[in-house]
Amino acid sequence: MAAQRPPYQRLGDVAFSKVEKVNAELFTLTYGAVVVQLLKDSEDVEQTSIQLEKMGYNIGVRIIDEFLAKANAGTCTDFKETGEVIAKVAFRMFLGVTVDCRHVVEPNAPADAMPAFHLIIVDNPLVDFVELPEHCSTLAYCNLLCGVVRGALEMVGMRVETKLLKDTLWGDEHTEISVSLKELVHEQYRDDDE
Amino acid sequence: MATGSYTFVIVAQGDTPVYGAEFLAAAKKDGQDTSHLNQLIIHAALDMVDDAVWTSNNMYLKTVDKFNELLISAYVTPGHARMMVLHDVRNEDGIRSFLHDVHELYVKVLLNPFHSAGAPIRSDTFDARVRALAKKYLT
Repeated sequence: MAAQRPPYQRLGDVAFSKVEKVNAELFTLTYGAVVVQLLKDSEDVEQTSIQLEKMGYNIGVRIIDEFLAKANAGTCTDFKETGEVIAKVAFRMFLGVTVDCRHVVEPNAPADAMPAFHLIIVDNPLVDFVELPEHCSTLAYCNLLCGVVRGALEMVGMRVETKLLKDTLWGDEHTEISVSLKELVHEQYRDDDE
Repeated sequence: MATGSYTFVIVAQGDTPVYGAEFLAAAKKDGQDTSHLNQLIIHAALDMVDDAVWTSNNMYLKTVDKFNELLISAYVTPGHARMMVLHDVRNEDGIRSFLHDVHELYVKVLLNPFHSAGAPIRSDTFDARVRALAKKYLT
């Protein structure tokens, strides 16, 4: 079944070619302006990171519908596949970049441990031109992306925890986001009479 | 190519210096410290730049002022940031290429959302890249 489906890479390219584009510099600078304004308003690096994540969450809960409607990605059978779809289709569709997805298996985890994957963004469009000044060197500048993933997955019944592990702005080679499944939320139906 | 000493300063709009660097020829390092004098000469040359801006369509204004054997070349960006080079040898092509490339770096700094216009440039990467350019063109 999975072999007959077109590879996600191609699916992502198709989705990307269909969506409307915006100038990359406009996008990068707009995001930069938002982050800096948040930082000015809250005057706290930690709070800004949290706020960015919340903003991302709000984007995520909306963007998932658009994604499911346009990307034609089908249903995922397991969490591993979800990671591939996010990396190859979703990121390609909305940010124009392909992201690597690495599945992590804890060496001595119990058999029923919740799965997790890392999204590795090599060419992150958000961080062009940006250099963190010393007083906010711990700012999770790309925390918005974490929020988007969390919000989107929550809407399709997966409660996940996302964390920005590495960032080019912190001197790392790439941006890395860890996504670990916490709980599968099953929809509960209730009778109207209750 | 002739080796000389260069003092490089970027002065943003409103006459606030935002970046400065010195590239000294190895032979001259033992001499007395003239960096204060150099700053004064560059500061004095700013007025000459403001005059020269209106006489040329180019951003590179070539040599705008002289002080004894020292020459001052200038490059004015469209945002009226003035890049000044004080030098003791003639090296027009090298300085032109140097200033042109520094202009590109400067634009990148300005695009950083954390940088506010007119603030001093404290970025280490910018400093390192400018020094690399100086090595390439000015020695």
